[in-house]
Amino acid sequence: MTVSPAAALPPNGPPAPRRRRLGRKLAPWLFLAPGAIMFLVYVIIPIGQSIRISFFDWDGLSPKVWTGLSNYAELWGDPAFYTSLKNNVIWLVLYMLAIPAGLAIALFLNQTVRGIRIYKSLFFFPFVISQVVVGLIFSWFYAPGFGLFFEMTKWFGGEGVAVLANPDTVTYGIIAAGLWPQIAYCMILYLTGLNAVAPDQIEAARLDGAKGLKMLWYVVLPQLRPATFIAVVVTVIGALRSFDLVSIMTDGGPFGSSRVLSFYMYEQALSEYGYRMGYGAAIAVVLFAIMMIFISGFIWKMWRDEKGL
Amino acid sequence: MTMPRTTALTALMAALALPAMAQQRDLTLFTDASDPAPKAAFEQLVKGFEEENPDVKVTVNTFDHEGYKTAIRNFLTADSPDLANWYAGNRMAPFVNAGQFTDVSDVWEENGLKESLAPALSSMTIDDKQWGVPYTYYQWGIYYNKDVYKQAGVEVPKTWDDFIANCEKFKEIGIDCLTTGTKALWPAAGIFDYLNLRTNGYDFHMQLTNGEIPWTDDRVRKVFAEWARVLPYTTPNVAAIDWQDAVSNIVQGKAANYVMGNFAVATFRDGGMTDETLGFMDFPEITPGIPRAEEAPTDTIHIPAGAKNVEDAKKFLAYVARADVQTAMNETLGQLPINVNSTVGDDPFLKQGFEVLSTAEGGIAQFFDRDAPAQMAKAGMEGFQEFMAYPDRLDAILERLESVRQRVYKN
Repeated sequence: MTVSPAAALPPNGPPAPRRRRLGRKLAPWLFLAPGAIMFLVYVIIPIGQSIRISFFDWDGLSPKVWTGLSNYAELWGDPAFYTSLKNNVIWLVLYMLAIPAGLAIALFLNQTVRGIRIYKSLFFFPFVISQVVVGLIFSWFYAPGFGLFFEMTKWFGGEGVAVLANPDTVTYGIIAAGLWPQIAYCMILYLTGLNAVAPDQIEAARLDGAKGLKMLWYVVLPQLRPATFIAVVVTVIGALRSFDLVSIMTDGGPFGSSRVLSFYMYEQALSEYGYRMGYGAAIAVVLFAIMMIFISGFIWKMWRDEKGL
Repeated sequence: MTMPRTTALTALMAALALPAMAQQRDLTLFTDASDPAPKAAFEQLVKGFEEENPDVKVTVNTFDHEGYKTAIRNFLTADSPDLANWYAGNRMAPFVNAGQFTDVSDVWEENGLKESLAPALSSMTIDDKQWGVPYTYYQWGIYYNKDVYKQAGVEVPKTWDDFIANCEKFKEIGIDCLTTGTKALWPAAGIFDYLNLRTNGYDFHMQLTNGEIPWTDDRVRKVFAEWARVLPYTTPNVAAIDWQDAVSNIVQGKAANYVMGNFAVATFRDGGMTDETLGFMDFPEITPGIPRAEEAPTDTIHIPAGAKNVEDAKKFLAYVARADVQTAMNETLGQLPINVNSTVGDDPFLKQGFEVLSTAEGGIAQFFDRDAPAQMAKAGMEGFQEFMAYPDRLDAILERLESVRQRVYKN
């Protein structure tokens, strides 16, 4: 990416004809064009449109009515919005557990035993299956009346715990389901990272007497930094855009207590009882602003790394 | 997703534009009849119409049932068919108000539909005009396990007090008196609707769903007080249960009663129940002397404002409204015809339902989420779900619903 065609020219070479120089200047833009146009049409312009719609009252059928900031004013006093926001924060914090858990499993699996590939694939399996299937499996797991988890709590505590029916536990129940594939994802990132750890450094550290946690902390982890960075990025974004599991497992319930911002946006704008496009767009803008904080952080870091700072 | 359909449609139109078929007139019908029985019923309907009108060719475009609810908003404004099906009551209000449906009062007038489709007249009328033709509905009520009733040694109750007294008996033998699964929210609304219809009557229920009565009204509180009486005998954790899973509580004899629509009968039968073990009763009386009203969601066919062939579309509506057509169609659907001159199939539940609905002197409600506008419906059903889990939060729930009411109905 950093190699620009102009820099590749030998400094004292014969002066290139004007047309060729023009071609050199144009070429990168031409190659970028398909991607850039797609990005513009499907990402940048819709962002602008969403922001615009958030200033209107619109049901998708009747003409739009300009209402200024009233959608945002309503959000400010909407308890359901704060529930969603709070749940998003819980998601963000607890989803981070996927990183150490994925690392632990990766370290555990990073050994040469007979059939290790089978074990690795089995641990990776939850990431391969669809989120919808994960959601269904877990909602049956928790289901009152026949779920394994429900029966187990009944065995131990006398009364069964219906995780998804209780507004205090429902979000944690869904996050647990979300962690299952996310841990597998982080694990695979770390497994590939571990392949790249230089054996001679490990050897050298061992000669110097490093072992166990010290070895992990001072020798292995620093070499895994690129993997950690990617794991953080995918986990943060995964947590913020969590939608499928909420939709499958609870539909935002019970009485809206497991909503997250993306689900609330969908509910208001596109679901059967919604069609408040403006209000949904306002929620989307807030979610976008939150994501932007993280995304610009990531981009800034990548940009810095690329410059070699 | 709609791409291949549109392409197919264009190809079809191109084919029909051939000179040889010049005299033939086209009629396009968009429908959500994607399940096997409705699909067969619509095929049969179209075939019958084409036989009587050989110069009209009807093209049916079937959408997925859930996807249709979104699709209709797109195709009405973009590429409108000549006919589209939808639901009665407040559910059609957004389209009527946005001028997307054609006024078909003349079809009603010319064919005497105000008499023959009388049960659905009020739910098809907005601003004194009719906006479509209903073709089917089904009753709601209480489905119960006859074996469990025998086991507890109780009779089918006539009044709400008897019902609660039975609940005590069921509790003694460890059976939930009432079960439901409110994960999808709407099953809770069925219970609320009936409690309100029986406590305060049809007119009050309609005023409430029309936003004319505050949710903090004492009469609304009375409904929740009646509901609170049955909560100790209701299956716990219903918020996490799908309605189909709650059916198995009845099938397995873990629960006695279930407030449901007639479409659930198929699920009960799949679970192994027969006419010997599954019973249907009308929701018991609460306030004596109130004209008995019932709940029967109605499915309808409309002419979109952008229809190209309005003349034949009106002919089609008149055909759908006919008694013999509705008899045949509902036999396939396994539901009830609206036309009072139609006959009902052999099914005992349909017969009972027809009896209950045709004698409901109080009126026919659609269902909470069709009578109330979408946002109110959603907030209301969440409130009902919360009330079932935390009855002591009633005040907070009602105040929240009241604030939603003031926002939703203000224009």
